[in-house]
Amino acid sequence: MTAHHRPALGPALAVQGRVVFALLMREVLTRYGRHNIGFLWLFVEPMLFTLGVTVLWSLTKSLHGSTIPITAFALTGYSSVLLWRNMPGRCINAVEPNRSLFYHRHVRLPDIFAARLLLELGGATMSFILLGVIFCGLDLLEPPEDLLTVMTGWGLLAWFGMALALLLGTLSLRSELVEKLWHPFSYLTFPLSGAAFMVDALPRDVQDLALYLPMVDGVEMVRDGYFGSYAHAHYDAGYLVAVSLILSLLGLSLLMLSRNLVTVDG
Amino acid sequence: MIRLRQIAVTYRTRQGPRPILRGIDLDLARGEKLGILGRNGAGKSTLVRVVSGAERATSGHVERTMSVSWPLAFAGAFQASLTGRDNVRFISRIYHSDFRRNIAAVEDFAELGAYLNEPVRTYSSGMRARLAFAISLIIEFDCFLIDEVAAVGDARFRQKCEHELFHRRADRAMIMVSHENEYIRNHCNRFAVLEGGMLHPFNSFDEAHDALAAILAWQPPVDPVSPEWSIDAQTIA
Repeated sequence: MTAHHRPALGPALAVQGRVVFALLMREVLTRYGRHNIGFLWLFVEPMLFTLGVTVLWSLTKSLHGSTIPITAFALTGYSSVLLWRNMPGRCINAVEPNRSLFYHRHVRLPDIFAARLLLELGGATMSFILLGVIFCGLDLLEPPEDLLTVMTGWGLLAWFGMALALLLGTLSLRSELVEKLWHPFSYLTFPLSGAAFMVDALPRDVQDLALYLPMVDGVEMVRDGYFGSYAHAHYDAGYLVAVSLILSLLGLSLLMLSRNLVTVDG
Repeated sequence: MIRLRQIAVTYRTRQGPRPILRGIDLDLARGEKLGILGRNGAGKSTLVRVVSGAERATSGHVERTMSVSWPLAFAGAFQASLTGRDNVRFISRIYHSDFRRNIAAVEDFAELGAYLNEPVRTYSSGMRARLAFAISLIIEFDCFLIDEVAAVGDARFRQKCEHELFHRRADRAMIMVSHENEYIRNHCNRFAVLEGGMLHPFNSFDEAHDALAAILAWQPPVDPVSPEWSIDAQTIA
């Protein structure tokens, strides 16, 4: 009647959209429940992190070059890390808590990833925007100089995070080493991520090395848009696109090969 | 119509690949109710999951031209940390079915009372079965897949299922797996035994049941402590 073997693209996309939305709502409920502020934690939690780091860095003032506005430096830096780093964390071992839902034919592995990635993207972006607006309102921050560059940098970082998450999330189906190694790796990349330094402040020969880290290019681009006239930003957007594209292709191919790895209970 | 062609499923185990289904052909039309018998581990639940689409066959082809339920089984289908009500909401979204109508019907049919607002993990298996049946009946599938759970629940719930599933929805198709012989005998009109990865059709329940009984035939092992041995043991002592 309705469930044909290979439905047309339009209806198939409608089903996909419905499933991802249902999974997203379910995810919000299991993560945040209906207690106290409920789903608002989605962006209040990253806001608290970013706020804390901003206060700490403003007090110590040790981490920035002379003319950089410290609030903008901390907001862009820490928000960017939260954006790309939490995505792989949410996609690694995403299957286990959702396994019983695979009883429903329309629920597929890519839907689970999509729901979690959309949620992370939404939370980090809401937190970044809200804090920006609040800081501006309190005169702690000047509005971005070039909003389009901020948005492009943010979008590219999100793509990088999603592609990395897709690849690592799918790999985690094959080996539990992925989860074990991701924790120290993500912890160690924080000092290297560009959140706590500007490339311009690095020694000349280290600068080129730092830009090989895709997330450094992304943060520099966001900062170029936010306060480019205060600091000379270094980045190669083309490089970030290339890395994200390669990670996406690897992740999607592996996902296609892994469809049979996901089984329901029993 | 549900059409299975040369369905094979092989699981990877530590001991290497283990074939569960070895090329199953099956046609099921509306109104046909297939009861599948088989010993534990024969692959009955696997077959049901392949028919539902919850699991992909290693090879072969499944064609569904009617809507097929998820496997109504003891495990799966629900998020245990969510309440019954939230699970109804989730399933309504997935199957594009009106939540408010569904929740009213579930309250009426499943008779879970205040438990509908408790996490499903606190439910007994009978309560889970009631919830699963209630939702699947409202979504109105053309084919119901029932893996063991039909025979759970008290007499009142069985009577309700009897009425809703086998009388009001007598035109639907059904695949039923159960160790409760009478349930299969009374509710199915096609019978098969799953053994050795193949589905063997039989004309009547009794023929299927006899064939299974031959497979299951069990002899008590010969007592390993033979009289000679015990005498030896005493001599040594």
